[in-house]
Amino acid sequence: MPLPREDVEATTPKFLRDKYAIVGVGETSYTRGSDKSTRALASIAVRNAMVDAGLKPSEIDGMLSYQFNDSVFSPFVAGDLGIRLNFYMDVFGGGSSTEALIGIAIGVIEAGMCKTVVIFRSMNGFSQVRIGGTGVRSAVPVSGDMMHSRAYGWQSAGQMFAPTFMRHMHDFGTTAEQVAHVRVAHSHHASNNPKAYYKKRVTAEDVVNSRMICKPLHLLDCCVETDNANAIIVTSAERAKDLKHPLVQIRGVVGRCSKPRVDMHYQAGPISTVAGHYAKDILWPNSGLGPEDVDLTGSYDAFTFTTMLQLEDYGFCKKGEGGHYVSDGTIMLGGKRPNNTSGGHLCEGYTHGIAMVIENVRQLRHDADDSCPTGPDGRRQHTYDYREGGCRQVKNAEVSANFGWAMPGTGSAMVMRRG
Amino acid sequence: MISAQYLGMPLEINDLDHENLDYFAYCAKHDFRLQRCASCKLLRYPPTTACPWCAGPDSEWVSVEGRGTVHSYTEVHHAIQPAFKQYTPYLVLLVELDTQSGMPTREEGLRVIGNLVRPDGVLAPKAEVERVGIGTRVRMVFTDIAPGLALPQWTIDETAAGVAPWRYRG
Repeated sequence: MPLPREDVEATTPKFLRDKYAIVGVGETSYTRGSDKSTRALASIAVRNAMVDAGLKPSEIDGMLSYQFNDSVFSPFVAGDLGIRLNFYMDVFGGGSSTEALIGIAIGVIEAGMCKTVVIFRSMNGFSQVRIGGTGVRSAVPVSGDMMHSRAYGWQSAGQMFAPTFMRHMHDFGTTAEQVAHVRVAHSHHASNNPKAYYKKRVTAEDVVNSRMICKPLHLLDCCVETDNANAIIVTSAERAKDLKHPLVQIRGVVGRCSKPRVDMHYQAGPISTVAGHYAKDILWPNSGLGPEDVDLTGSYDAFTFTTMLQLEDYGFCKKGEGGHYVSDGTIMLGGKRPNNTSGGHLCEGYTHGIAMVIENVRQLRHDADDSCPTGPDGRRQHTYDYREGGCRQVKNAEVSANFGWAMPGTGSAMVMRRG
Repeated sequence: MISAQYLGMPLEINDLDHENLDYFAYCAKHDFRLQRCASCKLLRYPPTTACPWCAGPDSEWVSVEGRGTVHSYTEVHHAIQPAFKQYTPYLVLLVELDTQSGMPTREEGLRVIGNLVRPDGVLAPKAEVERVGIGTRVRMVFTDIAPGLALPQWTIDETAAGVAPWRYRG
């Protein structure tokens, strides 16, 4: 018997504004020498996220992860923790994967494939597969498309992105000193983050006087390499209401949005423009908000320049004025719109972007894990005194934006709000 | 299958990678060729399996003049590959060819990667590295590696009018 035919709404909803939430976050410590497998690290991070959310293993039924052939796959982590999965997938990717996977998590829950998804990234980025590209990664034979990159000693992330950074300086007069203020801001934030690998505050002079890696990048323009795992739990806002933390809703998300010719994006210019130029036209309409509504940002800091370029192309300042934007105090704690209040990849630890989302979740809960005293209710009593070793909670944080970066040609983004 | 060693790195092009085999085989003859789409007639770089502008599947390899202007660059002081360390600082140049510059749109061009090398294909010394920046006119030369394999590279075009390039200060 033929099924009854109905008029089908064939258009895909452009957004599922506020319908999903991040309900649990967790991580390992940030070290150089974890003495643990990526499987063990992931188990710790996922477990910590479940504890944070107040969820039992039986209440998780989806798992997503991302990696570069350098990490454990979901079935082992789920097995170790007694999680039976209705959906899992391990994707190839580094930076920009977090926001993209959050979008996928929303999609698979919306499709009825599962109800609650944990996303993890586990890496021994210092002691096993170094993210800077030395060691194991430099010994792999050069083949296929890499004949047009690695064969020229053009291999590490810094080397690959540098033509974009240089061209921005050429086109707009951006200076190394301006961009160095990204490191200054993030180092100040890290000094108030007990978890951070590098807690020492630095000056712009320290950055531009540090040794040259590849122009225009000095050592302190580059992120740290660390060993760590991090995890995030996504479920419906409806389900989240029963859980213990203030609701942190996902307002809008963009996943791995790309420039033209993503295989060799320098073919299409201007090369001083990054993928955020395209992603912003999905992010802001989908979230129903704009840059002026955002209280704090998490702009990916693989390098000082990546933070600057994204803030510019997502519209926090006019094109070409990113150098000014990141050096006028706006992005520091106490400024109008702090960026990476954890210290980010430059100082806290390198996680391919997931820790920047975790930080903003805690900020929107008004529960940044700094050294502020705990009150009688068991919650931190934030002082909003941002001096070294002090508070790093942004006052009245209501809306955050994360900007993940894979390379100049690919990025992801997400807006979250306090429910 | 081409398998060779270059500056301590194993280079491999497998038998199914027809586009790269053809590209580097022409380079080995010091004949720089790019694919030209049989449908829209646009050239493309690096080799691809279809046309990035019209998705046309067919193309022919046509000789292209190896001259252009440095569009951007990086000067590497901390080498990742051990055998590159002896040549630091070395330049990775993104060179916009004169051919098809500003086409099919104003912001597009054929931007070809290469190192700054001496005319014999060896990575250039520091004194030459420090002469080059955005705007420098360069011409193509080749680094011969193995039968069927040479890398296209760049050297300063000493015949070009001397316009001071933009260089990163510091």
